[in-house]
Amino acid sequence: MNINPKAVQDSVEVLSNKKVGSYNHMVFAVGDMATHAKPGNFVAISVGGASSALILRRAFAIYRSSNRGAYGGTIELVVAAHGTGSRWLSERSVHERVDMVGPLGTAFGIPTEPVNALLVGGGYGSAPLFGLAEVLKARGCRVDMVLGASTAAKIYAPLEGKRSVNIMTLTTEDGSTGVKGRVTDVMAQIIERNNVEIIYSCGPMAMLAAVDQVAQKANVIHQCAVEESMACGIGVCMTCVIPMRDAAGVIKMQRSCIEGPVVDGSSVVWGSERKIPEGTWGAPL
Amino acid sequence: MSDFQAFDFRTKFGGRYFPAPIFTASGCAGSGKELSQFFDLNELGAVVTKSISVKPRSGRPTPRMAETPSGMLNSIGLQGPGIDQFLETDIPWLQNKGARVIVSISGETVEEYASLARKLRGIPSLHGVEVNISCPNVENRGLVFACDPVASRAVIEAVRRNISGDYPIIAKLSPDVTDIVSIAREVVAAGADGLALINTVLGMVIDVDAKRPKLAGITGGLSGPAIRPIAVRVIYQVHKALPQVPILGMGGVTSGRDALEMIFAGASGVSIGTATFGNPSAVMKVKTELLQGLRDRGFSSLMDAVGVAHG
Repeated sequence: MNINPKAVQDSVEVLSNKKVGSYNHMVFAVGDMATHAKPGNFVAISVGGASSALILRRAFAIYRSSNRGAYGGTIELVVAAHGTGSRWLSERSVHERVDMVGPLGTAFGIPTEPVNALLVGGGYGSAPLFGLAEVLKARGCRVDMVLGASTAAKIYAPLEGKRSVNIMTLTTEDGSTGVKGRVTDVMAQIIERNNVEIIYSCGPMAMLAAVDQVAQKANVIHQCAVEESMACGIGVCMTCVIPMRDAAGVIKMQRSCIEGPVVDGSSVVWGSERKIPEGTWGAPL
Repeated sequence: MSDFQAFDFRTKFGGRYFPAPIFTASGCAGSGKELSQFFDLNELGAVVTKSISVKPRSGRPTPRMAETPSGMLNSIGLQGPGIDQFLETDIPWLQNKGARVIVSISGETVEEYASLARKLRGIPSLHGVEVNISCPNVENRGLVFACDPVASRAVIEAVRRNISGDYPIIAKLSPDVTDIVSIAREVVAAGADGLALINTVLGMVIDVDAKRPKLAGITGGLSGPAIRPIAVRVIYQVHKALPQVPILGMGGVTSGRDALEMIFAGASGVSIGTATFGNPSAVMKVKTELLQGLRDRGFSSLMDAVGVAHG
């Protein structure tokens, strides 16, 4: 069996590009690529144009995908233009084309029975959670959401996304909207009040680590979408590894593009940046 | 497509012919499975595997990557499962797919290289071994065999003694030396059938906000188009000195035009590495464009074009 058996590479057209708060919401006509896209998957996009000095592909979490519509299959992204590559992408006009590979990586696991789910997002990391919320809602799940950011403008919470959410709680570190503080300050109360059975999270690694601590303390399953800088998105560059326990409990440096981005939070050895955790398979003696 | 058959695209390393002069670069093609989703591995001259060690290696901590102008630094540190698991899982999968395979090996001592060579002896139908004596991502710079002619020679002799006679041995050299030709002469004298030129160039990036090296491993190997002129220069120098020794050229090849440069400088084949990160089908693009580029310039075989820049 191949790795990423559903992935295709295609030149796809920009259908729409709109500024939403601090971010750009972009829609691409992707044809069949949308067919297999699931919440949690990502795409890898070539940036900068043919003569660019930017040679590496950029990974973007899929915000939503659709198989039907006037333009056939579409994939939507929420782009934060905070680097040269993402800025280039955010500046693409309607009808321009970009080279996209997808869908890539693992997806959020969807429970077979209706459960009470809590979705936790940081910054534009909230994007893939809205597609997930739709799927969970369609399965009869209760869906609560906590979104946090440093300030109000950096929270991504579009109106249409809220339809699938029972209760949305916002937190900002500067108190400009919602509760002043961090997502982890409000989680425990929601978990207890709504009898949360599964937590899904997406955002910066430090936030995911803190969410995992809350999840473990409450003894709730936690699936998170991890991130580590990536050169290819398809599993060949070996740069995006994070230490994770395999099924046998052995810590291995595993690719966040192949074994992730969605992983079981309890399998991750958190706080391992710039070091190989002790006991890792093949660690230097 | 019919006149494609009139062109002799074959290349040769040691006693082995390869149907096309396009290869993956070691450490840039995963296990092969990752790329097989995007093209048929059989289209390649051969898959050159990641450099495999005696024992499993975790590789270096993250961050392992920094993008640089027209290039990237990596400090993977030879992450891999070790030779035994590699021979159990990776090799059978590749052979089952019909891919030709050149296994790249990397050791910390001469004895480790000998031991890796012995393990390969028992594997039927490999197409060659790349002896990586030049990975820059090791703790001790003194462990880069390819910086020292005597150490380079010792490694290649050990591999030659321990491997079956008909596997071409390709020694992968570092550009980070004062006199690449003297290293090349030593490894050829020791029994190398070909040379892989070049490995990455040792480099460094400082994170100016954090005020520390960007990579956890501090230094890394620079690859991509930024190093292509260095690779072309090295290939040219070595081909001039050792015109009979086939060279597998690599370093920033992204297009057929880039591959032509290396062929004309003296390479008999070209490996694609970093370009695959930006484009999963880069190797097929280079293959198609190289063939067209050679035909456009009136060549009817690849071998006729090797080293033509030397006049």
